[in-house]
Amino acid sequence: MISKEEVLRIAKLARLELSDKEVEKMQKDLSAILDYFALLKKAPKLSKAQIASAKVLSLRRDEIISQNREVVEKLIDAAPDKKDDYIKVKTIL
Amino acid sequence: MDLTKLTIRQCHEGLKKGDFTSVDLTKAFLEKIKKNNKELNAYLLVDEAGALAQAEEADKKIESKDFGILCGVPCAIKDAIMVKDQKCTAGSKILENYVAPYDATVIEKLKKEGAVILGKTNLDEFTMGGSGENSAFGPTKNPHDKTRVSGGSSSGSAAAVASEMAVYTLGSDTGGSIRQPASFCGIVGLCPTYGSVSRYGLIAHGSSLDQIGSMTKSVEDAKIVFEAISGKDLKDATSVDYKFKESEVDLKGLKIGVPKEYFAKGIEPEVEKIVRDAIKKAEKLGAKIIEISLPSTEYALASYYIIGPSEISANLARFDGIKYGLSEPGKDLLDVYLKSKGHGFGAEVKRRIMIGTYCLSSGYYDAYYKKAQEVRQLIKQDFEKAFEKVDLIFTPVSPFPAFKIGEKADDPIAMYLADIYTIPMKLAGLPGLSLPVGKVGKLPVGLQIIGNHFQENKILSVAEQIEKT
Repeated sequence: MISKEEVLRIAKLARLELSDKEVEKMQKDLSAILDYFALLKKAPKLSKAQIASAKVLSLRRDEIISQNREVVEKLIDAAPDKKDDYIKVKTIL
Repeated sequence: MDLTKLTIRQCHEGLKKGDFTSVDLTKAFLEKIKKNNKELNAYLLVDEAGALAQAEEADKKIESKDFGILCGVPCAIKDAIMVKDQKCTAGSKILENYVAPYDATVIEKLKKEGAVILGKTNLDEFTMGGSGENSAFGPTKNPHDKTRVSGGSSSGSAAAVASEMAVYTLGSDTGGSIRQPASFCGIVGLCPTYGSVSRYGLIAHGSSLDQIGSMTKSVEDAKIVFEAISGKDLKDATSVDYKFKESEVDLKGLKIGVPKEYFAKGIEPEVEKIVRDAIKKAEKLGAKIIEISLPSTEYALASYYIIGPSEISANLARFDGIKYGLSEPGKDLLDVYLKSKGHGFGAEVKRRIMIGTYCLSSGYYDAYYKKAQEVRQLIKQDFEKAFEKVDLIFTPVSPFPAFKIGEKADDPIAMYLADIYTIPMKLAGLPGLSLPVGKVGKLPVGLQIIGNHFQENKILSVAEQIEKT
């Protein structure tokens, strides 16, 4: 079974606060799910030809498409904490 | 005449002849929702005023005689798809008060057609689940047996059509979320080819898998909605320039593959019999039935529950209490993140974020995510090989009909296994349709028809022929 410390380490990476009860349940559930994933160990490995035949679906340029003002205002409006057109964030350092 | 029983085509004919107006139709549905929704919990939001205003607009268009087939026809939208200025909760506490700032591309398209949007339908939180029970706003009940689930994640969209609370609905499908509830509720659910319908404005779950599709009373209606919502969209880089063309496919001589792995174990005998009978029906109509093998099937579920949650852990990082949604006060930025996510997300969403974060974390990536991607490749190649030999593939949608509310709620793996037949083709980006073909007692059973990429025309044509017999 996955340890409590391991669950807390992953929860920290995921930025999730979990209660003691949730941690306990997560230990049980994650262990069962990861055990199930062990099935993949017996899946055949891909040949070089198979890897080569894997197609990249689509790539695009990172272009900025401007939005109309109404949408922009609504997007800012959705932020829980703001001042004028700025979204307020707590200090990091 | 009970207006709520009509299909899209029948609504259109009635509107054209002047038998009733769009306002008449809309009122009939609103009344039905008032009467039945409390018990079924299919709708999270009903927009009475908005729907009536849209119906009045539609009636003006209809009077001018220049109107399309969806004009004035009342529909409902899964609450993970944004409808401008309406709440969009994704079935989650974290978005309980979130208002959509713009229309999803599919909604823009429906509005252009003059659609009437009755409201937003219930779903598993962030579309994660196979029963509807993961909604933060309570499960949707199955209209055929109210002690049972309606399937998920498009639970409300399926139940709304089955209980005649909308002519049609939109759902979304990541691992079976349109087809499985359609099967449980006895309606037609189409999950189109990945890329054929824009995902812009659909709240993301697994971006390499998510696809919007229709839930309807008939195959013809599925065709009508698909034609209206499909096509390239500049706002979704994975959408493809593709125009659906209806065509009649002769069942005579058509090769239909039946994968032996899908009937191996775990399927309920009564479900198997109904599905096999439907396959026989196709054979009687002239199709050639060929047993095929998709050898990597047994790895599909594990691959999906690594790739899906990995994408979830990235996609749901945005719900941080800063940009939108629930924000819990904290002593510093990290504390705001921890508390907002911790209090806002439900158990299944947290579980999947944890699985995904684990699989992507340092030291585990090769064993999980990379391996899952390789298996995904194997599964794709299975289907590629199969489609060299056959035109379509027939399988069950689910190993069992709708189960009891609460039956699988505490066992995540038992719940995941409910998607065992709908996941593999999703990993290959293929289209699939659930067609009601029989009942176990009063519980509907669906046949899954899988086609090659962008061959919705074949699926729909064949489904229509089976539907008629």
